[in-house]
Amino acid sequence: MRKISDLAKTAAVLAAAAATGQLLDSFGFVNPYWVQIFQLGCIMTISALGLNIIYGFTGLFSLGHAAFYGIGAYAAAYVMKSYGGESHLLFLAALAAGVGCSASVACLVGLPVLRLTSDYLGIATLGFGIIMKVLFDNADGVLPILGGARGMTGIAKMTTVSWTIAILGIVIIFVRNMVRSSYGRALVSIREDAIAAGSIGIATFRCKLAGFVAGCALAGLAGGLYAHLYAFLHPSNFDFFKSVDVLVIVVLGGLGNLSGTVAASFGWILLLEVLRVALPPGYMELRWVLIPVLLIVTMLLRPQGLFGSREIRFFREGLDS
Amino acid sequence: MKKVAAVAAAFLILAGCKPQTAKEIRIGLITPLTGDVKTFGESVKNAFEMAVDEANKAGGVAGMRIIPFIEDDRNDPTEASNAANKLIKQDRVQAIVGSVTSKATIPVSDLAQSGKIPAITPSATNPKVTVADGKRKDFMFRACFIDPFQGKVMAKFAREALFKEKAAVLYDASNDYSKGIAEYFSDAFRLMGGKVVAYESYGKDDVDFSALLTKVKASGADIVFLPDYYNKVGLIARQAREKGIGASLIGPDGWDSPDLVKIAGEAVEGGYFSNHYSPDDTRPEVVAWVKKYKEKFGQTPDALGTLAYDATNLLLEAIRKANSGDPAKIRDALASIKGFKGVTGESAMDVNGNAVKSAVILQIVNGKQKFLKVVNP
Amino acid sequence: MEYFLQQVLNGLQIGFVYALIALGYTMVYGIVRLINFAHGDVFMVGAFIGLYAIERLQLPLAAVFLLAVLGSALLAIAMERVAYRPLREAPKIAALITAIGVSLFLEYFTALRQVFGPNYYSFPRPFAVFSWEFGGISVTNIQAIIFLVTLCSVALLRFIVHRTRMGKAMRAVSHDHVTAGLMGVNVDLVISFTFGLGAALAGIGGVLYGIAYPQVNTFMGVMPGLKAFTAAVLGGIGSIPGAVLGALIMGQSETLTAAYLSSTYRDGIAFVILIAVLLLRPTGILGVPGTEKV
Repeated sequence: MRKISDLAKTAAVLAAAAATGQLLDSFGFVNPYWVQIFQLGCIMTISALGLNIIYGFTGLFSLGHAAFYGIGAYAAAYVMKSYGGESHLLFLAALAAGVGCSASVACLVGLPVLRLTSDYLGIATLGFGIIMKVLFDNADGVLPILGGARGMTGIAKMTTVSWTIAILGIVIIFVRNMVRSSYGRALVSIREDAIAAGSIGIATFRCKLAGFVAGCALAGLAGGLYAHLYAFLHPSNFDFFKSVDVLVIVVLGGLGNLSGTVAASFGWILLLEVLRVALPPGYMELRWVLIPVLLIVTMLLRPQGLFGSREIRFFREGLDS
Repeated sequence: MKKVAAVAAAFLILAGCKPQTAKEIRIGLITPLTGDVKTFGESVKNAFEMAVDEANKAGGVAGMRIIPFIEDDRNDPTEASNAANKLIKQDRVQAIVGSVTSKATIPVSDLAQSGKIPAITPSATNPKVTVADGKRKDFMFRACFIDPFQGKVMAKFAREALFKEKAAVLYDASNDYSKGIAEYFSDAFRLMGGKVVAYESYGKDDVDFSALLTKVKASGADIVFLPDYYNKVGLIARQAREKGIGASLIGPDGWDSPDLVKIAGEAVEGGYFSNHYSPDDTRPEVVAWVKKYKEKFGQTPDALGTLAYDATNLLLEAIRKANSGDPAKIRDALASIKGFKGVTGESAMDVNGNAVKSAVILQIVNGKQKFLKVVNP
Repeated sequence: MEYFLQQVLNGLQIGFVYALIALGYTMVYGIVRLINFAHGDVFMVGAFIGLYAIERLQLPLAAVFLLAVLGSALLAIAMERVAYRPLREAPKIAALITAIGVSLFLEYFTALRQVFGPNYYSFPRPFAVFSWEFGGISVTNIQAIIFLVTLCSVALLRFIVHRTRMGKAMRAVSHDHVTAGLMGVNVDLVISFTFGLGAALAGIGGVLYGIAYPQVNTFMGVMPGLKAFTAAVLGGIGSIPGAVLGALIMGQSETLTAAYLSSTYRDGIAFVILIAVLLLRPTGILGVPGTEKV
């Protein structure tokens, strides 16, 4: 009984948040440029939460996260564009297609690759990321609508503020619940000591694969939302640098720390934009000089990430420590 | 709830909608100031600023002072999208000039169309900029000819003036401009009885062309068509000569830069390319333009800068005609312009928003551009 | 047949340059277990030093190499002191992220107008290009220079690592740095030396690359760096002959893909090979399988 009223409460809060955001946007109370930035922050958070599951919780060093983001983006855009129309139902189907494709590819890739140990897994996923980018570049040979290296244009702008907030909310709750459940604890135990975990009866490989697929599915979801926000896809948006971006966010926030991931995602996007606006016009290039300096300083002073292992109350529910 | 309220409040503070006075008009410029085609970007910026300054000194356009917003797109389609987004959504410009290359302009044209802001590109020649998937993007215009024409011009030149039979084409697969012209040239060349013996693509960041050039050499081509921007062309030309390929080299307007000879050295000596104008043209508008650009910026204006000057003036003319800062009215005025006399010749906007213009063919002789002839559409 | 051999030769050209960069990666990883993402940018700085040495200072080629070697080595040693040494005991991911930060910093800082600038620069070639013909295959003097310089550098490296005391210290530290320290080896010095040595090779690679493909810009090190790193892993990370082998394989796969398939797939094929090799031999071709302590 408690569960249903909890669910209803959660749904109500989400709906209210989504509606407020949408109202603010539609009536032009907020500068549309910043609204887009906010939405980008939400999308980044979804992707980063996915990587946190993979790396923060399960300890799988994946450097190819952007590739799955891209698979989701292209798949969703393809569905939306080929079947035409602007219906929201189709949009949901497109997002689902994106998630499905990412998850399937993750499963296919994970099966052989997750056997490798840490650094080698990183390199293999890095390699996979580059292979995917090359495939994106040449995609127009197979499916001309995907645009290949010239980019895919003409995607419907379906990602409204309400969708973004609602989906982000659902994802956050899902991830929190998953991580605090026995599945989550199994993942953490694998991260800490896979052999010990195996010896107490945890199906290590299957759990690793599940964690990997789940994280990549989230990346695919984020990608689908991204495609319909910017309405323009280019393979260079899904290269190694983008994987690095997400990794940096997850590490900065604190590995295995959900509040850190959320804070770092928004913080990162905000930082990029604030620097773009704050720097005088002739000094735009300084933006990308300051950011790595900030990164290096943070790592030197606080290598465990900004939040370390402390979580805010919302994420701590159900946790014993 | 508290979180949402806090976030919402933060946005309202950041919103900062600047109220717009009726005596101003905001025009954005998107141009590649840095990146692989920076000489294009700089000359376009110079020309744009010159046109805007001239108009402002004469009392503005339709009684409004022009406020320019200049964005650098680094010749990258994603950066160009970001720049267009910023100009349309944050700076709330009423018209855009840009971008310069086709690959950056295509995303800009989509955003201009959905944002209902009229945009004119001085130099993006790929047809997809104004018409895509069979649909005309009616807020997008251009001040130059399009690539099907350009490809045909060079193919005709190769066949009928140079009597070449076997062409090799090397193009950049990530660039609509390059890929487009490669296709148009090849189609036209074949139609005129020639053979395309090598048709190879490379990626944007490729620097090692030895494998491709070995293929070209083995194909026995007597002319090599290089439809790309000057920095890539320079690199390829050099490596081609090193591989012992002696065939003639020809290309489109992407070659037009003083840096081409700087990069390629002797490798492009004797090469031919099509362009929008020649600084050696004796028409009074050209002479006056070359003189005042040289005085202000110390170098001869290239074609893209000249096109930018004309494009900006076309836009200003449309604003005068519309006598308003309303983007929709400006758009209508632009579409109906006929007989505008610019430095690059007389322009009229056809139904697809493309200007109908002639091309010139130039040859590189002793490291300098030499005017050969004019080709009319 | 000649066509194939010519393409193989083309592949050797780029493969040897990758080898020089890959050696730096493999040595640093061998000694501190760190993937030095900034190594590709050291290569880039080497190329720019070469550019200035030839264009502004008008130095002869030997001096250009020397200057590039010194500059790159100094840069790498500084990097190690400032960014990596403090994190030696921290979780590995922190050092990795720092390496990424250093890499980005180098790329964007040098892209500032006041430093190298954001544009593509033409690399001057201080000599004319000519080629020799051997039965239908042409070898250019550029290729000859690359082969010669790389082979000499690798030979010199082998000499240092196997025939000098410092080399012995390097091997000891890479085997077990705690014990090496207990045996009286100055671990910090050895690590700095390794960084410097690897960077020196990358600097030479940068100049060679600039000579062969005469266009430099501050992001030129990204892809070659990634490929060289992949080559090092392919050949067995920590193994010097492995790095060279891996690099040659990368160079060949890239060129033959461009020759027989399409140049747009060249970047991808190399990584397909990598993944295939890793699945069959998880520690690389010449890699030593490590024992996992439970």
